[in-house]
Amino acid sequence: MDATIGAELADQVARALSGVADVATLRALEAGAFPDAAWSALDGLGLATALVPEAQGGAGLGLADVVPLLEALGHAGAPVPLAEGIGAAALLAAAGIAPPDGVLTFAAAGAPVPWGRHAAHVALVDGARVALHAAGSLRWTEAANIAREPRDTPAPAGVPIAEGTLPNVWGHDAARALTAVIRSAQIAGALQAALALAVEHARTRKQFGRPIGAFQAVQQQLAVFAAEASAASVAAAAAARAADARGLAEAAFEIGCAKVAGGEAAAKGAAVAHQVLAAMGITEEHALHHLTRRLWSWREEGGSERFWAARIGTIVQGAQGPLWGFLTSRDQEPAA
Amino acid sequence: MTTLRFDLRDPPPGAAVLRAEVRAFLAGHAPGWTPEVRARSWMGFDRDFSRAVGARGWIGMCWPKHYGGAERSFLERNIVLEEMLAAGAPVGAHWIGDRQSGPLILRLGTEAQREKFLPRIASGDFAFCIGLSEPDSGSDLASLRTRADRVDGGWKLNGRKIWTTFGHLCDWMIALVRTSPAPEGGSKHQGLSQVLVDLKAPGVTIRPIRDLVGEQGFNEITFDDVLLPEDALVGQEGAGWAQATSELAFERSGPDRYLSSHPLLEAGRDALREDAAAAPALGREVARLWTLRAMSTAVAGMLQDGADPVRQAALVKDLGNDFEQALPGAMRALMDTDAMPEEMRRMHAYLTQITPTFSLRGGTREIMRGIIARELGLR
Ligand SMILES: Cc1cc2nc3c(=O)[nH]c(=O)nc-3n(C[C@H](O)[C@H](O)[C@H](O)COP(=O)(O)OP(=O)(O)OC[C@H]3O[C@@H](n4cnc5c(N)ncnc54)[C@H](O)[C@@H]3O)c2cc1C
Repeated sequence: MDATIGAELADQVARALSGVADVATLRALEAGAFPDAAWSALDGLGLATALVPEAQGGAGLGLADVVPLLEALGHAGAPVPLAEGIGAAALLAAAGIAPPDGVLTFAAAGAPVPWGRHAAHVALVDGARVALHAAGSLRWTEAANIAREPRDTPAPAGVPIAEGTLPNVWGHDAARALTAVIRSAQIAGALQAALALAVEHARTRKQFGRPIGAFQAVQQQLAVFAAEASAASVAAAAAARAADARGLAEAAFEIGCAKVAGGEAAAKGAAVAHQVLAAMGITEEHALHHLTRRLWSWREEGGSERFWAARIGTIVQGAQGPLWGFLTSRDQEPAA
Repeated sequence: MTTLRFDLRDPPPGAAVLRAEVRAFLAGHAPGWTPEVRARSWMGFDRDFSRAVGARGWIGMCWPKHYGGAERSFLERNIVLEEMLAAGAPVGAHWIGDRQSGPLILRLGTEAQREKFLPRIASGDFAFCIGLSEPDSGSDLASLRTRADRVDGGWKLNGRKIWTTFGHLCDWMIALVRTSPAPEGGSKHQGLSQVLVDLKAPGVTIRPIRDLVGEQGFNEITFDDVLLPEDALVGQEGAGWAQATSELAFERSGPDRYLSSHPLLEAGRDALREDAAAAPALGREVARLWTLRAMSTAVAGMLQDGADPVRQAALVKDLGNDFEQALPGAMRALMDTDAMPEEMRRMHAYLTQITPTFSLRGGTREIMRGIIARELGLR
């Protein structure tokens, strides 16, 4: 992993989205319109195959390389399904299937498919089996999460375009684990955006003759928020490194920790941001309104804090010897 | 506003070997530690143990060999610290010397001071305490009034320090004192200096203060015309504030800011191994611990690189203190105290009484959050 690659990708995404992804974009999306301008701006960057091995025509990057990019997407409220496309392409390639162009998404079989109604193709993952479907060949029941992002359910499918099997290191819960990494990173990005909005508001909104940020009660809440946002970001990055080193299945512990950190930070951060912005943050005309609903949605997807905490708890209950020994045994010492 | 950076670090080469060495060493000592000793964490004072740690080269690990150090990296040192705390080892006799006083003397001391103090800190023979707080100066430290006035051949010290951890057991204090009046209308941060005080010197009176667990954890130390030699000054006269605050990243980011309750979590996990209903709550604590460890290790890496992550350190301290402080409550929510195994119950009882100090010592929660708020551009 090279930290500069991650930063560059994040930068590219942020620049491509500036001007084509704002509150109006998110409102239109929530009303059912696909954000074509934002999609074409990102599609041109060729990021969809970031995780596809070079031998299969991709960029051959690791999850840790794309976490900053995923954070940048989250920062903008993830107005397009690029993260889903990157994840789907990785799953397909690992199962020996060439990822198709266009809007691509994935889900565990039986789970709602993010952006299903807008996709050209869908990768459905059932255990280690990956099936690529043309979205148009599936019968969709449309639904949404509380951010009003499309989360659609396909009826039991006809014949897939292609099928393959994931290597063992991906495990039997790869779609959930990958979603958890993606959402953890997006949460970290959305938290940074919400924090910036709250801080900016605290510096500019005046009451009692001074900026509300001059009140210590406001400062201390924002400090808590900042700490949580940092924790979410560090945890997402650390989980991605573990997944790169050991594969998704063997990184379930770290991925779970990141999802717990992200989910808890989402709850605390959203609460503080709304308190500081007060009525202003409630209106759908304000970006915060869109960010916090995504935070509350993303913490559910790919496993909630409770889901992962239970899994982590079970892992450590079963670990031999001291808990500390288990934790440190997961460190990745670089080869000498 | 810029977001604080935390660059993740891999363990240093040889980490697993070093860990195994420390564990083997600790296993030899652990049978002698009561649950209270383990719950006391780095507030446990045991000179014999510290000398044994010193003999292994694990005090002042990063210092030059010439001064008794081992020239190991900061991340290697971090491994030793983590292992000691995770085991609940009584590291208090050398903790401050290793963490703060030694590095200060190494960085700013005279050659004679280095020769005199560093090897003996590294061997575990010299125990240091921190002389910052005073009866009227806590968070507003720069308002302190203890003063050292120039006299023939040195300094004359008058005033009072308080809450000095292990003051009654230590050999030396590095005190922040006023050596010249704050300039008229100028900053009270000027005119402060750091001085070495021999706690056996005439004029030093140490009065014990009992803490919540009924132990003499800290003290009030009074100085009545205590004569300090010329070379008691550490670093530059008048630069004490900058010197003292430059130690803060070292003081605040270490594993001692989130592992203080760790032995209780170990005991809780052991007691709740078979309890499926406890898994989510246990897992939640472990997830938090894992996250804090990644953050704290990142700060250690930045320190190794020579950066000054003082704000990251404040942030990790705040999050870490919250975690270690809430742990007894989290365990109690999983198990009635009278159902806890005896070891666990005793650690729980001890920690319940000691955890309020976690968000006070080393700078209070409110002060940490104030530092973060300043970073956010709010102050
Ligand atoms: C176990 C323990 C060990 C210690 N060991 C040492 C030691 O070895 N050496 C040493 O020098 N000191 C030591 N201390 C002292 C410690 O550094 C102080 O307790 C700490 O700096 C706070 O000072 P104070 O207790 O005087 O509280 P105060 O500063 O009086 O604060 C009281 C309350 O007011 C809040 N407050 C103060 N100022 C502000 C502000 N500007 N904004 C918002 N809130 C504010 C504080 O956060 C706190 O909640 C120790 C303390 C403890 C508990």
